Amino acid sequence: MRKTIILQNIIGDFGENKDLARTIRQKDIIPTIAQGDSIALDFTGINGATQSFIHALIAEPIIRYREQAFENLFYINTNDSVSEIISIVYRYLQESFTEMEEN
Amino acid sequence: MKLHFSGQDNLRNFKQFLSTFDTTDSSFLSISTDKKRIAVHPAYLALSAALAIKVGKDNSTITSDTPDGIQYLSQMGLYDFLSTPSPTPSSDTEQSGRYIPLRIIKTAKEQSAFIADFVPLLHLPEDQSRIVRYVIGELVRNVLEHSCSKDGAIVTARYYEKSHKVSLAICDTGIGIWHSMSKIWHPKTDLDAIKLALTPGISGTTKKEGGTFENAGAGLFYVRSIAKTTRNYFLVYSGKAEYLLYKWDKRLKLRYTADPFKEEHFATNSAPDFPGTLVALDISLDDTPEFNELLHKISTTYDEAIRERRRQKFYTPNFERSNR
Repeated sequence: MRKTIILQNIIGDFGENKDLARTIRQKDIIPTIAQGDSIALDFTGINGATQSFIHALIAEPIIRYREQAFENLFYINTNDSVSEIISIVYRYLQESFTEMEEN
Repeated sequence: MKLHFSGQDNLRNFKQFLSTFDTTDSSFLSISTDKKRIAVHPAYLALSAALAIKVGKDNSTITSDTPDGIQYLSQMGLYDFLSTPSPTPSSDTEQSGRYIPLRIIKTAKEQSAFIADFVPLLHLPEDQSRIVRYVIGELVRNVLEHSCSKDGAIVTARYYEKSHKVSLAICDTGIGIWHSMSKIWHPKTDLDAIKLALTPGISGTTKKEGGTFENAGAGLFYVRSIAKTTRNYFLVYSGKAEYLLYKWDKRLKLRYTADPFKEEHFATNSAPDFPGTLVALDISLDDTPEFNELLHKISTTYDEAIRERRRQKFYTPNFERSNR
């Protein structure tokens, strides 16, 4: 089963409110990934986002669920800058996995 | 406390401005200005407003005889923080220009509303407003999350049409960067704390690479790199420390460094003590590459910094020499 979140309805046209990111993460993303289901974040109409916002949105599921999160998280209609920021967060989280395992 | 506005108060001259900042008596704020001309970067206004909040409106005054300067300070909302009445009628200070008067943001909701509102005020096209929204989004959030300021974030900005540049400043009356970083990193001085805050991958909330679920320690690094990319100054002032990133010389190849002290900069740890944090920068919109391209370039340095710090924790072989 795949759930879709229309972000524009929640955050407007720019992602910077980390409180909203946390709410989406805790209310929708984590429970869906934990169940083994897929979730699509629809960025249609989102012009941009801060790295802090994207981190607050997706870092926890990626850190906690690793492959399960990578396989089940989808991003729809991201513009170039949002795609770049999501890619940045993916890269540095994976860079840090070894250290997290040690801890 | 005493401050003096001159005709050349841009970020480059912040050190000179601080030399006029008298903190001997912190029970009042008295601002004086040059007689002929006032040209004040939003950084100076945000700092003045923060200090006025600290000492109270009734104890904050300005003395100025410069008509143009008074008009500007009035437009930017400084008089709202002072007991000195604005000599300009309120009808003359409508937000019709390309500037954002001093504004206080205390919640994430107010932050979102502000970011949605200010783009029309600056009359910027969407692609150019994205970078400004990004910077304000990161900096205001830093204040709300890390400064512990009950007064919120004091924000102001101005667009200079001729140079196609946006100058902006965010200031708070919170605990300062040293206290914020001390919870985890124990920096010795205010300047050490600023260095940590500007280093990619270092967050005031954890020692773990990659950060926590909420923070990665990347925000200020990205903002300083954006200022560098657009060939502009970037300022942080907190406690007794000032860090000013100089303009990148366009004749040199653009390279980002994780260590802010390896950039061309001015830094001091003996500035007048400011119990809060001021961050200010200029963004030249003409020199801004595609935003995603810019982010990609900066992120390469971020990745390398994370890798390098991880390598520093690696075990190294125990080599020995024997006399045999």
